[in-house]
Amino acid sequence: MTELSGQTRRELLTMIGKAGGAIAMYQAMTALGHAAETQFTGPPKLTGAPKGASVLVLGAGLAGMAAAYELTKAGYKVQILEYQDRPGGRNYSLRGGDKVVEVGGATQTVGFAPGNYLNPGPWRIPHHHRALLSYCKAFGVELEPFIQLNHNAFVHNSKALGGKPQRYKELAVDFKGHVSDLLGKSLNAGALDKQVTAEDKAKLLEALREWGVLDKSGNYVSSIDVSGQRGYDKAPGGGVGGAPTPSKINGLSDLLNTGVWTQMSFFFNYVMQTTMFQPKGGMDMIGKGFAKQLGNIIQYNAKVTKVAQDDKGVTASWTDIKTGATGEAKADYCVCTIALPVLSQLDLQVGPAMKAAIRAVPYAGQVKVGLEMKSRFWEEKYSIYGGHSFTDQAIGLISYPNNNMFKDGPAVLLGAFANGAGGFQLAGMTPEQRIETALAQGSVFHPEEYRKEYMNGVSVAWSRVPWMLGCTSRWSESARAEHYQNLVAMDGRFVLAGEHASYYGGWMEGSILSGLDAIARIHQKATAA
Amino acid sequence: MKSRLVSLTAMAGACALLAMAVAGRAQDVSGGGSAAGPSAAAGKEVYEQICQACHMADAKGGGGAGAEIPALAGNAKLSDPNYLITILVKGRGGMPWFTDMLTPAQMAAVSTYVRGHFNAYPEPVTEADVKRVIDGGDGPGKPECNSCGK
Repeated sequence: MTELSGQTRRELLTMIGKAGGAIAMYQAMTALGHAAETQFTGPPKLTGAPKGASVLVLGAGLAGMAAAYELTKAGYKVQILEYQDRPGGRNYSLRGGDKVVEVGGATQTVGFAPGNYLNPGPWRIPHHHRALLSYCKAFGVELEPFIQLNHNAFVHNSKALGGKPQRYKELAVDFKGHVSDLLGKSLNAGALDKQVTAEDKAKLLEALREWGVLDKSGNYVSSIDVSGQRGYDKAPGGGVGGAPTPSKINGLSDLLNTGVWTQMSFFFNYVMQTTMFQPKGGMDMIGKGFAKQLGNIIQYNAKVTKVAQDDKGVTASWTDIKTGATGEAKADYCVCTIALPVLSQLDLQVGPAMKAAIRAVPYAGQVKVGLEMKSRFWEEKYSIYGGHSFTDQAIGLISYPNNNMFKDGPAVLLGAFANGAGGFQLAGMTPEQRIETALAQGSVFHPEEYRKEYMNGVSVAWSRVPWMLGCTSRWSESARAEHYQNLVAMDGRFVLAGEHASYYGGWMEGSILSGLDAIARIHQKATAA
Repeated sequence: MKSRLVSLTAMAGACALLAMAVAGRAQDVSGGGSAAGPSAAAGKEVYEQICQACHMADAKGGGGAGAEIPALAGNAKLSDPNYLITILVKGRGGMPWFTDMLTPAQMAAVSTYVRGHFNAYPEPVTEADVKRVIDGGDGPGKPECNSCGK
């Protein structure tokens, strides 16, 4: 297409925006090669809040705080009620001295050394989560790279290759090698002549030879060239003994047993593609960054017990969980970000459609375990710097810290990020059993060091977190079709926000985008009134 | 400790049901490909490996922020076996459906255990009972996939 100058392009977009509204502008921007990655086009520019207009926000997570921040800027009087004694919601970090209390009363005290932390909730930020990244920049939250794809970390499948972990690069290179070999043979045998033109066939054969590192006859075999991708038995050196020796490839059947395509395709996921980021010093820097902007409008330790509304405004009843004091907060409008498993059990004055929607969203229950180790043996002995070693055991993976590389002293490994059945298995255990299981299963990657270097650990089972009763929303296709619009629609003067009210379930970006969308509609209603 | 985790090596027939594909999942997941459900046939083991994550080991549930995960122990609603089976098959509120993690036989076994061990309803729930509920309704839940490219 014709390239437009920046100025011309902006003028055109402004014109389209004025003529056709945000959707037309978004579509036009996409057509111009902009913004296809995100629906975020910059913070909302809300102006002209009616004099004295007020909004009550329930929950000081990212959805609630983003909403409160923009509403305050627009001139609304905003108050936030928050159940906990800190901002951030699921955006938080655990450090030495912190306590974790579960449903059922099990209590852990974190024993990490100063500077070390675990991010029990969100831990990695995709590069296209522009709303979140823009607030980080605006609030001075320093970000550092999160190592997502590490070719030198391990893949472990208990049913493959004697249960011995393999380096990702070895399996991934073998996978594309074998696939290229077979597809090439199939092409050469004429098996695909109906599907592929002669010209494309020649190009494809060349591609397969190069991409799969096949030999002259089109075979994938052990060679020094293949070792140039999957690694050597003896790595290249200097001087007299500098010549490398090749490594031996895995046979097709062994390779297929590892299921390595699961990891290979995992890294292709839109939300999993490198580059990813994390805040320096812990994920809670983001929540704290928002809270700092908001000043003293957050009331902590406030348990919301009831929300009522009429045609004049919204009233939320609260109890201070530290002092037992009770009170009411009133405002013209309300943005509610309370997690649905909790919200569904509150006394809430909304219509049947929203009520049904609130009850229609199941939650996944992930478990994370942080293990503090005496040294960074994964770096020193295994040359693994950040990234993940995957396993088909309940723990799902172990993930290596992205900060403080090459330093001495204790470091915290993510010892489990258990989803699905593994998540249920770990959540059902006592904290001590979870640590023991994480050590037993993680030892498969670093058998010599794992238990020897272990100092202390902590686990967070989200289904047993009292203020969540789950980790993230997990919409089903049918519930989304039936209930999503009812969940996000304004009910009188009341609107929901949070990752559950987005198509980015479980991501901070979803929380923020839903919060911004909710307040744009409140503003529209307030200024139209 | 003697891990209560079952070995995930002998999955046999259950595996086909358990392909919770990591590819294309919009949510944050480990990518370990470990979606294997419990291989245990006994209701007690299924309860320990799945249900007690939320309903607790004593089946008394619990919560804190003004909301609770319901108790299964002493729960009069469970006198109707179909009530329990339907929730396992379709989910309810924050509880997901379990058709992609447990076989009908496992759902029957754990239903029998919950009704008999934590309540006084000794009549067993059969695999046929579970299949009848699965076949009778509009089918189990299906996780959505925002970026599967299907």
